[in-house]
Amino acid sequence: MKIAIIRYNAGNVHSVKSALGRLGIESIITDDPAKLMMADKIIFPGVGQAQTAMEYLIDKKLDKLIPTFKQPFLGICLGLQLMCNFSEEKETECMGVFPVNVQKFPEKLKVPHIGWNNIGKLKSDLFKGIKENSYVYFVHSYYAPASEFCIAETDYILPFSAALQKDNFYATQFHPEKSGVIGTKILENFINLKGEK
Amino acid sequence: MLTKRIVPCLDIKDGQTVKGVNFINLRHAGDPVELGAKYAEQGADELVFLDITATVENRSTFAILVKEIAATLNIPFTVGGGIRTVKDVEILLNAGADKISVNSAAVKNPRLISDLEKEFGSQCIVLAVDTRYDGNQDIVYVHGGRIATERKTMDWVKEAVDRGAGEILLTSMDHDGVKTGFAIDITRKVTEIVNVPVIASGGAGNCQHFYDVFENGNADAALAASIFHFGEILIPDLKQFLKEKNIEVRL
Repeated sequence: MKIAIIRYNAGNVHSVKSALGRLGIESIITDDPAKLMMADKIIFPGVGQAQTAMEYLIDKKLDKLIPTFKQPFLGICLGLQLMCNFSEEKETECMGVFPVNVQKFPEKLKVPHIGWNNIGKLKSDLFKGIKENSYVYFVHSYYAPASEFCIAETDYILPFSAALQKDNFYATQFHPEKSGVIGTKILENFINLKGEK
Repeated sequence: MLTKRIVPCLDIKDGQTVKGVNFINLRHAGDPVELGAKYAEQGADELVFLDITATVENRSTFAILVKEIAATLNIPFTVGGGIRTVKDVEILLNAGADKISVNSAAVKNPRLISDLEKEFGSQCIVLAVDTRYDGNQDIVYVHGGRIATERKTMDWVKEAVDRGAGEILLTSMDHDGVKTGFAIDITRKVTEIVNVPVIASGGAGNCQHFYDVFENGNADAALAASIFHFGEILIPDLKQFLKEKNIEVRL
């Protein structure tokens, strides 16, 4: 199986490769459209800022390509936010896979939301074998609100989407590659999803 | 609910952990990668690796080590010690560190924090502050807590957060190494003036001390070294203790 991790100007790309490595799974890091299209599964990680990340994706024409992928696709953290319609971070137009607008947390508690928090209302095969209220690791200041695409919910200041799914597109706001054994299991579930190209 | 974090800290010199480690079932007590993995397995929420190597040549040894740590650990980790430039940070983040901590160099040149924020975002910048009460007020110390500065701790913390520090690692020099508990008052004061997480450090001697700094000091995380290394407190026991006292922890 070919796993591709999308290379772009956001950190954290290697952490995902390492996490897959711990599962004994080889992966490539690339921004080459041909290689991405050939992959069986695609992971779109990211730590960074929405606007500069979108500029890079537009420059590489990946912003138009990504929404057309048919194989199982997993966005992580900033990846999730870039898959939404729009982000309040620097008023950035994003790729619109999920018809949802990303908002900034109101500063009633500490922002960014950093640390381990639990996920509930779990749906989808991505969370197969994962118990309700399992803890995963978050680092973010912006969030996707609850919507019909929400497949996991977390409460911080307000209930928000910890994960989204639409067709073959999956995304987590938390970092499965940094979430201990629970996160490893979620990555493994993603790798085991059935899919087409 | 967001949990309180337990953070073991490892001092590294020439690629090896420095402080004596007294772990059962550990083949190489000095191997930071193996020790880190052991803590992760026991339920540590995050790890800090501090490079206390003095020479520039050994810095590249540290970057190689960070790469190994990143390949092994499945929880987040911060690296620090001797970071002076944006380039230093770039090397460590590229090696796989999730966050970096800056201390003396930021005191000397506060713009470093702004530059790092611009380049990498505040989520990966931890400001480490060594503080001591001089009988009158809380003062920032540098160079491993040996040299006093002119800066008042509260002013410095506030400035650093304004410049983009995403987290504060607050070490009380008055409490460090004496195992009589964390510095509750100053930890609480810092949490009141900034809206970023505060990691309390220095003084952990027993489980109750962790409870006190979470409950009364309002800390988001608590860091300790020797009590974990010497097995005086086991992380699963500590977390169970906190859970029973209604502190939210990840079990």
